Amino acid sequence: MMLFNRQQTQLKTLPHLDWLEAEAIHIMREVAGQCSNPVLLFSGGKDSICMLRIAEKAFRPGRFPFPLMHIDTGHNYQEVTDFRDKRAAELGERLIVRSVEDSMKRGTVVLKHENESRNKHQSVTLLEAIEEFGFDACIGGARRDEEKARAKERIMSFRDEFGQWDPKNQRPELWDLYNARSHKGENIRAFPISNWTELDVWQYIQLEGLELPSIYFAHNRPIVRRQGSIVPVTELTPARAGEEIVDLQVRFRTVGDITCTAPVESDADSVEKIIAETATTTITERGATRLDDQASEAAMEQRKKEGYF
Amino acid sequence: MQLIEDHGLLRFLTCGSVDDGKSTLIGRLLFDSKAILADTLSAIEKTSLKRGMQDVDLSLLTDGLQAEREQGITIDVAYRYFSTGTRKFIIADAPGHEQYTRNMVTAASTANLAIILVDARKGVQPQTRRHSYLAHLVGIPHLVVAVNKMDLVDYSQQRFEEIKADYLAFAEQLGIQDVRFIPLSALKGDMVVDRGENLPWYDGDTLMEILEAAPAAHTEHDEPFRFPVQYVCRPQDSTNPELHDYRGFMGRVESGSIRVGDAVTILPSGRTSLVKAIELGGEPLREAITEQSVTLLLTDEIDISRGDMIVKTDALPTQTKQVDATVCWLAEAPLDRARTYLIRHTTRETKAKVAAIEWRVDINTLERQAAERLQMNDIAQVSFKLAQPLLTDAYADNRGTGAFIIIDESTNNTVGAGMITKLAA
Repeated sequence: MMLFNRQQTQLKTLPHLDWLEAEAIHIMREVAGQCSNPVLLFSGGKDSICMLRIAEKAFRPGRFPFPLMHIDTGHNYQEVTDFRDKRAAELGERLIVRSVEDSMKRGTVVLKHENESRNKHQSVTLLEAIEEFGFDACIGGARRDEEKARAKERIMSFRDEFGQWDPKNQRPELWDLYNARSHKGENIRAFPISNWTELDVWQYIQLEGLELPSIYFAHNRPIVRRQGSIVPVTELTPARAGEEIVDLQVRFRTVGDITCTAPVESDADSVEKIIAETATTTITERGATRLDDQASEAAMEQRKKEGYF
Repeated sequence: MQLIEDHGLLRFLTCGSVDDGKSTLIGRLLFDSKAILADTLSAIEKTSLKRGMQDVDLSLLTDGLQAEREQGITIDVAYRYFSTGTRKFIIADAPGHEQYTRNMVTAASTANLAIILVDARKGVQPQTRRHSYLAHLVGIPHLVVAVNKMDLVDYSQQRFEEIKADYLAFAEQLGIQDVRFIPLSALKGDMVVDRGENLPWYDGDTLMEILEAAPAAHTEHDEPFRFPVQYVCRPQDSTNPELHDYRGFMGRVESGSIRVGDAVTILPSGRTSLVKAIELGGEPLREAITEQSVTLLLTDEIDISRGDMIVKTDALPTQTKQVDATVCWLAEAPLDRARTYLIRHTTRETKAKVAAIEWRVDINTLERQAAERLQMNDIAQVSFKLAQPLLTDAYADNRGTGAFIIIDESTNNTVGAGMITKLAA
């Protein structure tokens, strides 16, 4: 019997963040090598900021072999959209913005009521943009640790002509041999940071010294407490009758549509402090901050089947 | 802030069925390593109550899809994450049933260690053999047989030793070399993360200690340098005149390592050159090691494109238009010998036809039998004729250059997985 021993772990191996980065670079290059017209989704959020750094590592000194695209709900924090535009300009890469509001004007998105979260309606605008530009692959920053339905998602995930994900009929994915083939009209969603956790993302941000929109760090903000969540008071999300507005020190763990993204109470005003907090937190990223995933156990799976990222 | 040593990342596979307590074991690993957070726990508490259970059912953590929750079984491979102070872990959780051989092969393909669960009451079962065979077939170097539910056999050392002897008898037949045994109770937590107090006769490592010490991939023996080119960087449109002649060959080191100044051969052309520079994101590196994604620059101007392979001149792979491979058929539509398929190997693709099906293995008896066609979940020895040459090593020597997938061009589905067994010239 040849049993492994402890000495062997001392042999040369990549530290875990380097390994994750190398895997992500490999996946991006596979998309570039296999697909004819990919696009990278960039929202200005922390995961997609990591994706841009990975793209730089993958393709510099050349240009990215894909444009950047943001599906804007029109309900984003100004700091985040400003950051999005600034970052794209610094990189000298093309940024496409397509807006849910335009889909509403076209009548392809119909809200149930004026204040309904536009988050799930991004799917429609995304599919329209895919058709408009003829993209055969969308590279996104989704992670498997975010949500149960994502844990079974492939790194190269196939979507049919209607943008639908069929969880029971996914392509087997073996070794690092990715199959990003699709016929015209179909689409591949590629997830280079599938194997990252929230903590990995923060550690990578620290390692690479990445700049982030200010709302990720602790700041004071008027909020109300509603059904156990902290709801920021904004024009879109005013306080309801009887609710007490308080000024609280908070930070955002995820940034998305204002109407469905909640901050957490925190005094972590630096990446180091956020890492310390993330390592000891007791609530998942989505559980704490996404007001839309809690509706049912299968909420995310359902949205993904309908074409959501 | 990296104050503690980083032992990298270990990918491992858990095989067994819900009956063996596999989901409970995963739940236990996640729970005791504090990877399960309060809101997730409260969600499964609610579900446990709804199903009329008294204790929290940790196995619910791993049922990802609606269909799985409804049926109470695992259908597809799920990936789970946790880390300890020194290491990050990725668990591939594969369903145990025979019908899901393909899912286990899929999960095993990226794993470096497999935990094979045995119910202490039932001992070694046909599925234990099946799982061990598959783990071995897919080249997982380290096996851990976790004899679970020790609490239900009074933590009997004798029972544990019986199972160990049974297992070793057939492991030897399979040629399994590195296997270790651990008695545990996933339900009670004994020997998973904490030692507990019920197994004083066992003086080996806990499961977590084994996982923390197991070698990560590629650290165990020297493999020859293999660098499949993924993408070529030629930033000619750049305003920087220094970049006008820049040709960067981008890829991931599948195996081995490379240093600036090394002599390399480019295949299939056979041209040779020297490594002028190694870069990552435009920054120079002196060396690149296995699994690193880098850009190579060569001293000579050579036409190289995606699908070519850069190797060290002193250790070349086999260039061949015929491969013999152990194949796992993954698709519902059976293998059609009359059809042409596409094989993707490293970054190369070629059309391929089946030349012969040598044998098919009965996954329960492990006997070889003649076969004319292959159905989903079949494992068989197949030889292929190829339209274009591939640059291969035997899978047993090199997982990166010994593996391929088979694609059906009409649907673009991945329909088969192959592991190259012997190399034809």
